[in-house]
Amino acid sequence: MTRRLLPTWLLSPLVLLLLWEAAARLGYIETRFFPAPTTILAKLWELLGTQGFWIDLGTSLRRMFVGFFMGAIPGLLVGLAMGLFRPVREICQPLVAALYPLPKIAILPLILLIFGIGELSKYVIVAIGVFFLMTINTFAGVTNIPSIYFDVARNLRASRWKVYLTVALPGALPGIFTGLRVCMGVALLLLVAAEFVGAEEGIGYRIWWAWSVFWVTNMYVGFAVIALLGFLSAYFVDWLERRFLPWQRRQS
Amino acid sequence: MTSKISIAGVGRTFDVKGGPFTALEGVDIEVADEEFLCIVGPSGCGKSTLLRMLGGLDRPTSGRLEMRHAQPARPLTAMIFQEESVFPWLTVERNAAYGLRVTDTWRGKESEARVDYFLGKTGLARFRKFYPHQLSGGMKQRLSVARAFVTNPEVLLMDEPFAALDEQNKHLLQQELGRIWEENRSTVVFITHSLDEAVLLGDRVMVMTSAPGRIKETIRVPFERPRDLMELRRTPEFNALTRELWALLADEVARARAQEAGRVSGAAGKVQFDAEAG
Repeated sequence: MTRRLLPTWLLSPLVLLLLWEAAARLGYIETRFFPAPTTILAKLWELLGTQGFWIDLGTSLRRMFVGFFMGAIPGLLVGLAMGLFRPVREICQPLVAALYPLPKIAILPLILLIFGIGELSKYVIVAIGVFFLMTINTFAGVTNIPSIYFDVARNLRASRWKVYLTVALPGALPGIFTGLRVCMGVALLLLVAAEFVGAEEGIGYRIWWAWSVFWVTNMYVGFAVIALLGFLSAYFVDWLERRFLPWQRRQS
Repeated sequence: MTSKISIAGVGRTFDVKGGPFTALEGVDIEVADEEFLCIVGPSGCGKSTLLRMLGGLDRPTSGRLEMRHAQPARPLTAMIFQEESVFPWLTVERNAAYGLRVTDTWRGKESEARVDYFLGKTGLARFRKFYPHQLSGGMKQRLSVARAFVTNPEVLLMDEPFAALDEQNKHLLQQELGRIWEENRSTVVFITHSLDEAVLLGDRVMVMTSAPGRIKETIRVPFERPRDLMELRRTPEFNALTRELWALLADEVARARAQEAGRVSGAAGKVQFDAEAG
């Protein structure tokens, strides 16, 4: 199965890239707007040799991870607390329900107003997006644990804390990982948006800048780097999950 | 005779939509030390509620329920549930050891030997590093039997532990449970639908009425141990006993059905409530 899977998942992107390349070379598409993949690849190669590229990449990664942890850890704790304690749930649920659907990009101007144009505003916007997703997924993870497991632990005289540690936490892990996976994508999205409007460096800034000076190929390099980051972060979460949740039933 | 478990006038009323629902009423039971008591009753008669009370997972709304905790070093109860209850995130051996580890009564080699012993008795020794999703339903149920026995409880509480299993697995597990219990005596309260099972395993069999559950009749099982179901089934005494039990139970089952039907039609549009749910 795995041996066949590899070419299968590579097939569709490869076909798309080949068609794109052919169309660009044969003049079916406007290469000023849609440069051929090989042109983009060459540009990427060229940029890899510049210091600026690595500064942009490093800056974006730092913003993404700092913001991610600033949001994910409180989100995890609030989600667990909501799942375990009724008063916390009753206080937080209406707030979370009301604030979660608000598009985080919509409050970006407010964040810039409060936290200024510096690094902190990037961290905060990513953290806010991640926080709500993490809270909701962790909360769902706890509430989806069948009550029988709590009954077993209580019957065997597990203390309150032991019940949390040995039932609630491991039982919520699948939900927590779902949260992590979704959060990676959202963190990237919010980061790029934030870098568009108020930044001096970063991948998002570089895309915006390339657009403003009409360096279309550089723009595409930015897209490619973001796509690769998204892919790698999803892969990383999958790897973590396989590593730490070996007990999950998997179709493979 | 000192009782291990004294249940006196115990009742349990639930607040549900459409008014209070009485699951149990005026239940009196005395269970002797190291006695194997089986309880049969129609579904919805509150027998699971009764067991949950003994396991410390619920409280009576009336009456008194007492258990004598003779040896503080041993836990008072361990429950075996009908549903799948082994922790999916623990390996077989970790599941079996759970009761000792979670109460910090894990004693190194000695506890390890205990886990080994019961994994061996339940035929799971070879699967100790497996996770539950790699086991069959019967193996998972055997694991929950092992988990309960490892804690060496003074009272074992079993809520139709084999009901979800196929006939062959059920038969084997009943035999194994009987054997393990004979070697590791403790007081047992065992709830079942199956009259054969009750007579095979129990020292006494109690028949409960339909809701509100009460004790209708108690019958002593006279057969010598070890017992074998296939052998027992050939004896007229066994057949007479199960027939007698069925005669007691049949009315209650019929009444429980009528109640269910009444609850469905009478409570049109209201939420239905099953006393044994949860």
